[in-house]
Formats: sequence, C-alpha cells, structure tokens
Amino acid sequence: MLDVYAPVAPLFILAILVGGIILILSRLMGPSKPHARKVATYESGMRPIGPAVRRLPVQFHRVGMLFILFDIEVIFFIPWALVFRDLGFYGLAVMGVFFYVLLIGLAYEWFAGGLEWEQ
Amino acid sequence: MFEVPVFDDLNAWAALPIILLALGTSILLVADLFIPEDRKRLTASLALGGVTVSLVVAMLQALGVEIGEQGAAFADMFIADQFTYVVNVIALSSAFIGILVSYDYFERAEVKRGEYYSLLLFSTMGAMLMGASRNLVMIFVALELLSIPLYLLSAFRKPIAASEESALKYFLLGAFSSGFLVYGITLLYGATGTFDIDGIWTAAVEIIDGEISRQFTLIAGFGLVIVGLGFKVGAVPFHGWQPDVYQGAPTPVTAFMSVTAKTGGFAAMLRVLVAGIPVVVAEDIAMWQDTIQVIALLTLVLGNFVAIMQDELKRMLAYSSIAHAGYLLIAVAAGGTEGIGDQAAQSALIYLLAYTFTNIGAFAVVVAMEHVDYSGTKLNDLKGLSNTNPMLAAVMALFMFSLTGIPGTAGFVGKWFVFKAAIDADLVLLAVVGVLTSVVSAFYYLRVVVNMYMEPGTPETQPETPSLRWALGITAAGTLILGILPYFMTELAEGVTVALIR
Repeated sequence: MLDVYAPVAPLFILAILVGGIILILSRLMGPSKPHARKVATYESGMRPIGPAVRRLPVQFHRVGMLFILFDIEVIFFIPWALVFRDLGFYGLAVMGVFFYVLLIGLAYEWFAGGLEWEQ
Repeated sequence: MFEVPVFDDLNAWAALPIILLALGTSILLVADLFIPEDRKRLTASLALGGVTVSLVVAMLQALGVEIGEQGAAFADMFIADQFTYVVNVIALSSAFIGILVSYDYFERAEVKRGEYYSLLLFSTMGAMLMGASRNLVMIFVALELLSIPLYLLSAFRKPIAASEESALKYFLLGAFSSGFLVYGITLLYGATGTFDIDGIWTAAVEIIDGEISRQFTLIAGFGLVIVGLGFKVGAVPFHGWQPDVYQGAPTPVTAFMSVTAKTGGFAAMLRVLVAGIPVVVAEDIAMWQDTIQVIALLTLVLGNFVAIMQDELKRMLAYSSIAHAGYLLIAVAAGGTEGIGDQAAQSALIYLLAYTFTNIGAFAVVVAMEHVDYSGTKLNDLKGLSNTNPMLAAVMALFMFSLTGIPGTAGFVGKWFVFKAAIDADLVLLAVVGVLTSVVSAFYYLRVVVNMYMEPGTPETQPETPSLRWALGITAAGTLILGILPYFMTELAEGVTVALIR
C-alpha cells in the first residue's frame, strides 16, 4: 500500500540536497555583514519588540466574528452550485430556506448597527 | 447519480408548530429593531401572539388532529409522534407564561431590549426540537439552540454583577458539558456506526450479545451522553452551576429556564436512553438503569436536604428544582425495565407539565416580590405577606403545596404517576426514597407558607401589573385544574410511546 508513495521519496531527497547545497554555498561564498536590523526576528516590517498583549479596537473583533460567520455560511452555496441542475426546484427551495436564515442574520446585523465602525 | 428528494417525503407539516415559531421569531428579531424603546410592549405582544398560534397548532396535534403524518420527517432527522407533540405543548406553554412574567420585570428594571423575546423563543424551539430528534446530531444542534440563548438571557441585567457572573458560569460549564455530550456521541457512532437512534438500537442489540470488549465503547458513549444531558437538567454530580445561575439570572429567565431546559433535557434523555439502548441485559433491565438510579438517589437526597439550609427564596427554588430533576430521573430509571418504557415516558411528561405551571408560578411570585436591585427575596421578606397581599400569598401557598405534592394540586398527580412507574418497574427503593424526600421537602416548602400566614410583618410587594397578574392566574389555574381534573394531562399523555415509529 505504501508503494503508492514511492515516487515521493526521490523528491524528498532532491529537495534536501538542493536546499542544503544552496545554504552551504551561500554561507561559504556570500559576504557577511551582520547588522542589528538584519539579524532581528522578521515580523512583517513592524518593530518586533513590545508587549504581547496590546489594545486592539473592539470593533475589529466584531467584524472578524461576523466575517467568519458569513464566510462559512456562504461556503455552503458551493456544493449546491455543483448539483444545481440535478436538484432542480427542490434544491432551490431548500437553499431558499437557508438563504432566508442568512438574510435574517444579515438584516439584524445591519439594522442593529453591527456594521457601523463608530457608534 | 443520486435520487432527488421530493417534498412529500419531508412530511414537513408534522413540524408545523416549530416551523411557525421559527418563521415568526425570525421576523420578530428584525421587526423589533424598528420598534422604539418606549413601545417594547408591542414586541412582547407580537411574541405572545406567535407563541399562541404555534401553541394552538401543537395542541391540535396533541389532541389527535392529523396535521402532517405521524412518523419520521425530514429524512429521518425528525420524528413526529405523540411524545413530540406533548413536548411541544409543554415547551410552548412555558414560553407563553415566561413572556407574560418577563414583560413587567424588564420594564421595571428599565431593560429595553426587544431581543429578549426572540432569544426566549429560539430557546423554546431548541427544547421542542430535542423532543423531536431521532438523530444524535440533531439532538446536539437542538441542545445548543436551547442553551446558547439561555446563556445570553442570564446576562440580561447587564450592569448587575450577579447577572453577568451567572451568565459566564453557565456559559463556561455549559460549553464544557456540550463537549462531554459530543464526545459521547462520537463514541456511540464509533461503536454502532450510525447517528440514528433507531439504528443504534439495532446495532446495540448485537453488541450487547457479543463479547465484553465490544461493549466498552458503547458503555463509555452512553456514560458521556448521560453526563452531558445530566448537566443540562441539573442532576446531582453535575448540578454545581445551578444554584448560582438560578440566583444570579433575572428571575423571569430563571423561571423560564428552570422548566424549558429540563423539558428539553429529559425529552432527549428519554429518547436516547429508552429508545436507543435495548433492554436485553440480564433480567430484562437496561445496562444504564443502575447508573440512572444512583444519580436519581443522589439528586433527590442532596437537592431536598440542601434546600432546607437556604434562606433565600430564589436559591431555595434552585435546589428544589434540582430535587425535581431527581423525581424525573426516577421516571427515566423506570424506563429501563422491559415493558415500562412507554409508561415511564408518560409519567415523565405528566410530571413536566405539572411542574411547568407550578414552578413558573412560584418564580412569578418571586418576580412580584423582588426589588429592582435583586433584594427582597429572602425567606424572611415573606413574613406577613397574607396581610399585605392576600391574593399573592394564596397563590404562593398553592404553588408550594403543588411542589410538595399535596393532593388536589398538579404536583401530586405528577408524583403519583412517577412513583407508580417506579413501582411497576420494581424500583421500590427509588420510590420509597422519593416519597421520603418529598416529606423532607414539605419542611422547606411549608416554611414559606408559615412565614406568609403565621408570622407578623409587612413585606413590600411590587405593584402588580396586568401581564404578571395574568401569568399568576394562568399558572394557579393550571396547577389547580390539573390537580383536580388530571384527566386533561393523562389524556394528552395517553398515546405517548417512546419507541420510535419504525
């Protein structure tokens, strides 16, 4: 059963070899001028030093939560799209129910002011 | 490729009460945002109207009017039988009275959030679905639908620390217990290869007849499901959250959840245990019967004895509600004997119906006593109530008699059926302990009556408003009528079978 994975083994070996050679070559031949900024931990260009617990705008969490909710719910439409023709009107009606629930959530969120950044 | 389902197969009409309630609640949720803060009475009235429509349909179904076929619906996820219908009636009645109790309380406390009613109705739907599930995944989803709004409702008196604390405690422990339930469900799936309760029955018959080693996963699964559901109903080793949450939550919420969460929890417990695990172990008893017996004994003894020590009315009622979970557990345990399953389910539903009116009524009296800052509910604050407010004292006395189980009240009928089921199932010890702890409970229930009628004092009560008066009237009438004419309850429960229609 493991035979299926046999072709992966050469790939592993090759990857380790190539990666190793490049690292060793650049260490041996490249110029080395260390600098405080250069050796610091990389953090997307921000200053890497500071407290881990920081104040974040609370709205960020609300938007994040709503995004995840709706994002996951929208994903459910994709399987339906795949079998749309086979399911016919039945599928449309069932997804209509699902969409109704989604819509009520969106309407509530919108009218209750969940989408306003400043309150 | 695959067969496209047809609408007629869904048998959706059988679920009409829940569908109506879901439609109404979702519209109410959005409509409430357009109702100005000083007119939230409109939201409450709309919610009440929605529940009434749904309750009428549920009543018709329970009384035998054919709305949708009895049997499986929604691709075997949902089961519509007399059990489902009666659970619907109980859950909707508690929602109806719960809304009546709530309005004045939140008006007085100046909490002007109309979401309250939507959340309450969502929770009701959860309880209704728990009785109607024939699939473990459905039971889990229904349980979450029941619990999550309750966590939110507990926090509705937000600036008051006790309310926030109770919500957080309930949420954390509730989430934990949901974890137990899900783990139990996965183990059951691992043992039997299906989520369908009927399928579990079929698979479990083979497993129980087979080797011991195969039974382990099944037993562990059922154990964890009992833990998860036991938490929701407040059975003893898992009751720790209940006093704090019941005391800290706003009183109308306590009234509602003390009944609805129990209805849902016991409905699911009866379905999963009695219908899901066959009674084929030695001497015609189910493998889980001893477990439930021990839990019931602990619940009865601890609930009743600790309630004696309380000097706060809400906390006392919280422990009393633990004790009542014990009486319901007697019924569940009785269901583990061959041939007693249906009778046990009937007695549990009768008990729940009686308990619904009585317990919400008792909490409604607390609402009428309680000051805005949560004070005024000590047992001593009741002293002399019969002088200042004779009507309130009279209904409170009625509810206390009913909770004790004195003949002529609904509570007596409930207890009678539960003990009868226990004796028919040869669980004499459990019945004896049940009766003895009822005697113990008379001490703390009658102390309330003594305080009201025989002690001097001039307690303050809140001005009674129409909706609270209606709530007290309905619950008192229900307690009396069901006590004197138990025919109404027995008629409803008559056709209840816990086994799934195959």
